[in-house]
Formats: sequence, C-alpha cells, structure tokens
Amino acid sequence: MSDFNLIPLLPEIFLSMIAMGLLIVGVSQGNKVTPVICWACAGGLAIAALLLLGMNWDTHVVLNGMFVFDQFAGFMKLLIILGLITALALSVQYLEQEHMARFEYPILVVLAGVGMMMMVSANNLLALYIGLELQSLSLYVLAAFNRNSLRSAEAGIKYFILGALSSGMLLFGISLIYGFTGSIDFTVIGQSLGGLETIPFGVTFGLVFILAGLAFKISAVPFHMWTPDVYQGAPTCVTALFAIVPKVAAMALLMRLLFDPFMAAQEQWMQIIYFISLASMALGAFAAIAQENIKRLLAYSSIGNMGYALIGIVAGSPEGAGAVVLYILIYMVMTAGVFAIVIGMRRENIAAEQISDLGGLSKTHPVQAYAMAIFMFSMSGIPPLAGFFGKLFIFQAAVAQEFYILATLGILTSVVAAYYYLRIIKVMFFDEAVDGFDQAMPFARRAVLFIAVVFLLAFIIRPEAIIESAQSAASALFI
Amino acid sequence: MVTGFRDMVDFPILSIMTFLPLAGVFIILMIRGEAEDVDRNAKHMALYTSLFVLAFGLFLFKGFDGSSADFQFVEKVQWFSSFGFSYHMGVDGISVFFVLLSAFLTPICIIASWDSIKTRVKEFMVAFLMLECLMIGTFCALDSILFYVFFEGVLIPMFLIIGVWGGPRRVYSAYKFFLYTLLGSVLMLIALLTLYVQGGTTDIPALMDVDIAKNMQLWLWLAFFASFAVKMPMWPVHTWLPDAHVEAPTAGSVILAGVLLKMGGYGFLRFSLPMLPDASLFFAPMVFWLSVIAIVYTSLVALVQEDMKKLIAYSSVAHMGFVTLGIFTVTTQGVEGAIFQMLSHGLISAALFLCVGVVYDRLHTREIGRYGGLVNNMPRYATVFMIFMLGSVGLPGTSGFVGEFLTLVGAFQVDTIIAALATTGVVLGAVYMLLLYRRVIFGPQDNKDAAAMADLNIREIGVLVPLALLVLWLGVFPTTVTDRIAPSVDKLIRNYEADINADPVAEKTTIEDVIIIPNIIIPEGGSL
Repeated sequence: MSDFNLIPLLPEIFLSMIAMGLLIVGVSQGNKVTPVICWACAGGLAIAALLLLGMNWDTHVVLNGMFVFDQFAGFMKLLIILGLITALALSVQYLEQEHMARFEYPILVVLAGVGMMMMVSANNLLALYIGLELQSLSLYVLAAFNRNSLRSAEAGIKYFILGALSSGMLLFGISLIYGFTGSIDFTVIGQSLGGLETIPFGVTFGLVFILAGLAFKISAVPFHMWTPDVYQGAPTCVTALFAIVPKVAAMALLMRLLFDPFMAAQEQWMQIIYFISLASMALGAFAAIAQENIKRLLAYSSIGNMGYALIGIVAGSPEGAGAVVLYILIYMVMTAGVFAIVIGMRRENIAAEQISDLGGLSKTHPVQAYAMAIFMFSMSGIPPLAGFFGKLFIFQAAVAQEFYILATLGILTSVVAAYYYLRIIKVMFFDEAVDGFDQAMPFARRAVLFIAVVFLLAFIIRPEAIIESAQSAASALFI
Repeated sequence: MVTGFRDMVDFPILSIMTFLPLAGVFIILMIRGEAEDVDRNAKHMALYTSLFVLAFGLFLFKGFDGSSADFQFVEKVQWFSSFGFSYHMGVDGISVFFVLLSAFLTPICIIASWDSIKTRVKEFMVAFLMLECLMIGTFCALDSILFYVFFEGVLIPMFLIIGVWGGPRRVYSAYKFFLYTLLGSVLMLIALLTLYVQGGTTDIPALMDVDIAKNMQLWLWLAFFASFAVKMPMWPVHTWLPDAHVEAPTAGSVILAGVLLKMGGYGFLRFSLPMLPDASLFFAPMVFWLSVIAIVYTSLVALVQEDMKKLIAYSSVAHMGFVTLGIFTVTTQGVEGAIFQMLSHGLISAALFLCVGVVYDRLHTREIGRYGGLVNNMPRYATVFMIFMLGSVGLPGTSGFVGEFLTLVGAFQVDTIIAALATTGVVLGAVYMLLLYRRVIFGPQDNKDAAAMADLNIREIGVLVPLALLVLWLGVFPTTVTDRIAPSVDKLIRNYEADINADPVAEKTTIEDVIIIPNIIIPEGGSL
C-alpha cells in the first residue's frame, strides 16, 4: 500500500507546475500577458484532462493512504477540469472589460482547481482539510478580485470570515472523530465504525461539525447565508466559477466521506442530510422569488439545486450516488450556459445585472433569448430537456428507498422554483424590449452556449454513455 | 383480416406522425430572407407539414384493425437502457382517435391563424408544430416515462403561445396555466416512479398487470388524480381554464379545448382505471359528485358570462364533467360515451372557439353585448355557428348528443341520483348556448360596426365546414368511432372487473386505511 507511486497524482502535479511556471512568466511580463496566461492555463487544464483520461482508473491508494484515485475521483476530476476551462473561457473578455485583467486570476483558478482535485481524492481527514483550504484560499482572493469595487471587497471579506468559521467547525469535527476512532484515515475509520454495534455519541457529534463545515462549502441551508452576497458582489466571471465548479468538488468530497468511512453511521447522517436537503430546496425556491438581481437569483437557484442533489445522498444507495453525479453534471452544463449569457449582459460597457435588463431579449437577441429559455425550462425540470432527467433519477432513487415524503416535498418545491425561472422567460419574451446589449460575443462564449444547448436538447436521444459512466463512477464508492 | 397497410409491419407510422412536425420545425428555422417572405414561407411550411401528418393519420385510420383490443403499430426500442425505460409506441381503440383528433386540428389551427397572427409568425408556427409533436406523442406513448416527457413537454409551447400571442392579461394566464398544470403533473411523476419501483418496469401494458397493495393504490390514485383532474379540468381546480382560454390566441384556445383537455381523460383511462382498479372503485363516488358539481355549477357560471370565450370555457368544464362521470362508471356505455364525448367536444369546442375568433378578428371584442343581429349581415356564419351551438347543446343528430347520452346511460346504471342531477346539466347547457346564440345572431343590430361585418371568407369556410361535416357525421354514424373503440373498452372493463372481484375486501376500505402510511414490499426483481 505504501509504495511510493506518484502516477495517480500526475494531473495535480502537472497543474501545480503549470501554475508556478506561469506565475513566474506573469511576474516578469506584467499584466499585459493576462490573456495569454488565461489561455495557457486553459491549455494546461486540457492537458491535465488528457493525462487523466490516459491514466489507469482502477482504485489506487498512495502516499500512505492519504490519497485515493478511483473511477469516482477520475470522473469528478474530469468534471472539475472541464468546469474550470469553461469558467476561464468565459472570463477572458470580461476581465478586460472590467479593467481587472491581472495575471494572478488564471493562476488562482488553477490553484483552486488543484485544491478541488485533492479534495476529491482525499482519503484522510487531513488531506481533505488541506485540499479544502487550498481551494478556499484561492477562492477568497478571487471573490475580492475586483479590488476597486466595494461590493467585491465585501464579498471577499464575507466569504473569508464565514469560510474560516466553517473551516474551524470542520477541524473541530475532525479532532472529535480522531479522538473517538483513533484515526484520521478513511479506511481505518470505516473499519473501526463498521465493527461497532452502536455509533459512539462523540463520533456523531464530530460528524455533525464536519457536515456543518461541508454544508457551508456547498452552500446548503442553514449555512447558505454567504451565497447571495458573494454571488452578487464577486465579479461575474468569478460568480460563474463559484457556481460551476467548487460545488462539484465539495459534493464529491461529501459523497466519499459519507459513503466510505461513515457508511456505518448512515442512520445518523441521513437525518441531517434529510433536513439540509429539504431546507435548501424550500429556501432556494421561496427566497429566489423576490430577487431582482439575476446573480442573487442564481445564488438561490444553486442553493435549491444542491438540495435536490442531496436527496440522492439521503437515498444512500448506489443508484442515489449515480443520480447525484448525473445531476451535478447536468447542473454544471445548465449553469455554464446561463452564465455565458449573464456575463455578456452589458450596455455601453457597463455590466447590467437586473432581471429587468433582460427585457424583450427575444426581440433584440433572439438566439440568446431562446438559449436562455432552454436553460430556464431545463432548470425547472420540464421535459424533454436534460434538467428533467437529472431530477427524475434523483427522485427515482429516493422513491426506490421509500423516501416518499422527501420526494414529494422536493418535487413540490420544484414547482415554486419553476415560478422564478419562468419569470426570466416572461421578462425575455413577454415584456417590452429595452435597449439591446453590446453586440460583441467572443468565440469562447458562443462555444459554451452552443455546447450547453446541444447537450440539454440531445441528452434525451442518446443518454446511455453519460449515464453509464456516471453510474460506474458512483459505484466505485460502494466497493 | 390483415390489411395491406399492416403488412408493412416495420413502417414506423406513429413515430413518423410524432416527429414529422419536428422536421418541419427544423426547416422553418432554416428559412432566411426578407421578413415578409420568411413569414409566408413559415406558414406554408407549417401547413404542409401538418397536412402530411394528417395524411399519415388517414393511413393510420385505414390500417387500424377495429376488431382488435391489442396495441397496434407497436414500436419498441431501448432507451435509457440502464434504467430499463423503452421508446415504446402503439395505439389501441382508446388512443387512436385522439391521435387523429390532434392531427386533424393542427392544420385547422394553422389556417385559422393565417391572418390573425401578425407578429413573430415564424415562432408561432414553430411552437404549433412542436405542440403537435408532443400531443401525438402523448397519445402514442406506451412507456410511462415517455408519456410523461410528452405530457409535460406540452407546457413549453403552450406557455409561449399564451404568453407571447395572447391578450392583455396573458402573462397572468400563462403563469396560472403553467404552474397549475405543473403542480399536478409533478405529483404524477412521483406516482409513476413509485409504479416503476413497484412493478420494475415503465412499460404501460406490463404495468397494467402489476398488482399493487390497496393502500398504495389509494395514494397513487390521488397523485394521478392531481394531474389529470387539473388537466381535464375538474371542479374545483378548473379556474386556470377560463383565464387561459380568454387570453390565448384563437388557435391556442382551439388546441387547448380540442386536445390538451383530453389528455386528462386519456390519462384516467390509461393509468387510473387499469393500474389502480381498487382505488378507482373507492374514489368513484367522489369523482361522481365532483363531476356533477362541475356540470351544474359551471353551467350556471356560464349562464352569466359576458365574454364569449369565457362562456365556452365554462361550458368545456361542464362537458368534461360528463367525461369524468362516464369514465368512472366503468360501464361499456359510460366509458365509450366518455371517449366519444371527448372527441365530440374536441371538434365542437374547437369550432366554437373558431367561431368566436371569426367575429373577434373583425370587431376585436369578445363581449356578447357588442354583437347582435348578425344573421342579417352574416347568414353563412349564423348557419355554421348554429350547427356547433346545437352540437354543444347535444341535439340528436350531432355528435354532442351521442356522447352525453351514452355517459348518462352509463351513469344511470350506477347511480340514479347522480345521473338525474347530471341530466339537469344538459338542460342548463341548452339555456346558456341558446342564449348566447340569440344575443349574438338574432336581436337588434345596435352596434353599427357589428352590422357592417363581412360574412365568412373562403378561408374561414374551409376551416369550419370540415368540422361541421364531422360533427354531423359522428352524430348520424357514431358507429364509425364506437365500433372501433368497443374492443379496447371491453377489455379495459373486463380487466377492471376481474381485478375488483379478485379482491373481496375492496368495498370495505375505511378512511382509517387510507391514513396509514403505506408499507411497501418491493417485489422480487422489482428493485433496480
């Protein structure tokens, strides 16, 4: 087990080196090379994705049990890398427009990515914490990246303070777990808990704190308070990043933690996740109704979506885990598409962020309006779009495990959520036109928009390959 | 026995009918050029596509074996193979006429919108063809998830049709339509998933043979009811319908009344009765009373309407009351009558909305008081309108009579009080329709503008006359339909009675049984 094998870490090592190398280039060349560094980072990520695909996806545990690479980790890392490339592609033009094209931006994105990939592969509570902090620290800086904007600074500070608090809770939980099980290694914890008839109270207590810390990272109720403010305050390209990627990593981490070492304590964590899931869905649906700012609305939407994904974890079955992976994948695509439009909402080079700014978009920019309508219908879970199938599999997993009440309440909140998604469609299609947006739509945004639309429309026709890879990834957790 | 058409076993006629409109959509989206040319070409393309679908529909009708109760023209392909869903299409006597109705009404709607839709013509035609695809798909689907995809997908084009091309309160109406229907449907989705877990399949014919515990049936039945009752719509969840009808453009109202409402009745026949027989028996009295209330109450409401479209919308609710009444009698006459009533109402209410559209296009008001004496300047209109008005009243010789008569015969066998109360609805129906006709067509010509309106033009005649002929044909030769639906209905009732009799305690369920949270045992192989 402890042979010194770094091959499973190859993508992480490669990305760290890319980040360091480009940092040196940035320091010597200054901010004028930011676009080059952006694309270089995107290219580096693409190479990392290829490395990942070329690797042996059988389960490997290396670094004295600190680091695990299996099908699940491989699949989630692939999602993370694709999400990061998308976020970078959406950012390049926006950074220039907002006069904040500094070379640290893409490097921080890559470093956050390395952190996320460590999280996904963590097989030890400390590795988990280190991965999480690497990710979080990079994201705190990114939230405050537009340092001339008061809101951006506020977002960064708020995110940092609350994030530090949640990290503290996480560490406290880790120390309790260590105290009661005598180990921080997932495998050992799992074995020692599996041998017990009842779970010690201290373990439950520690688990509660760990879950609180992680709920903060996926912005689940009641640890969601930072989300709307940070989403609104952060530069839109950073909001896009926040919405698309970190949730994947945190959700993957949560799944590994709950399904692997703490599977024996399922009865305990199930109730907590049950409540978090229900509360997130309800709050996400009701609180979004009153929003006027589209970024805030999307923040609540992401809270609600995490609630749906958590249903699959509550189910606690391999199908449930597969459904979560699939849900996150579809959610990422929809969110990326939405942000490809939101990031382009600019009039006379000023960012427009109100929902009313989309007024009459179907007359001024019909293609964008129809794309947005597809995203919104998909998010509300209307067939035949992919978003419906994401929800379908989640609810199927819940019903199969007899969580009828959770499934029913969850699906009812989706009707409430449909109201505010429809509102965006209403503004675009039924309202009078306001002035059009600035025309320029770079290739990268077009590409993201196109891929997202095609994915959502075509998923119904040939879904097998995607579903099977998501399921086999999830099943790696249950061996 | 086997006709030439059925020899072409591998000819996927149902898929072609379902997805041909989508091909039309793609072609319309490709059209480029001057705005006027685009509009004109889009209209023509949509019309030709829908006429092609109708032509295939005629082949379907010709090839359909009316003496068989089995599903015909079946196609089955794996779909979502890891979950065991399938792309399974097929029609039996219950669904085949709804497919034809959808294929028949779509070209009529497109012609009816020819001049009255002036903005975003291309998008309108795209929305209508998408709607046609989804409607036909709903009635052909033999897989519960596939059914749900089509059933629910209808919301997207209909929401846009009401919201973009509707009247002044269109936004409110579009929302109300969408959210009301969605709320019911999502509960049905949970029920479909539960059925899937219980039965281990999403195949509708296979699900009909799955036995489900009584307690579970009751819950599932209520979930299905939430969806279908809203769609029908039944009292008291009908309030979205008048709003949607009033604000929708004429063609939208036509398709809404003509086809979309029938999805609810079709759902009862496809899911509730065959899959949940015990629960259907248990809840039948409730459905009867809701139907009777719908018939009497909404007829009275229709009586005081000043808006023509609203009046017809309320009359739709009343007529749908006969449908639910007939379905849950589970007698041959009742169920056949319900199906017939749905088809007949699909033609008559569609035609009535078109008639309203005719005068609305000229005077831009739907207020009854603004019209009067139209018989003088619009004699042809008065004649056609009379045929549909009498059809709606249920005069013998029109299709409306057959449907109402059969459902009432069915109801009399089950519950005479219910039947007697429902019959008063027929009288009330005559009152409000005749009143409408008298006020619009006869009486003094107070409004100069109304008196100056021109009679039907060729296009309007071309739309209304085929409908009138069908209404009369079905009134005189109802066996065209009833003979073909009889085998399927008989099979449905036979299976229903076999299921009920197999379970002797079925009648004894008390409310306490319902409140217990169901205890489910997943059958062998039922888990995934």
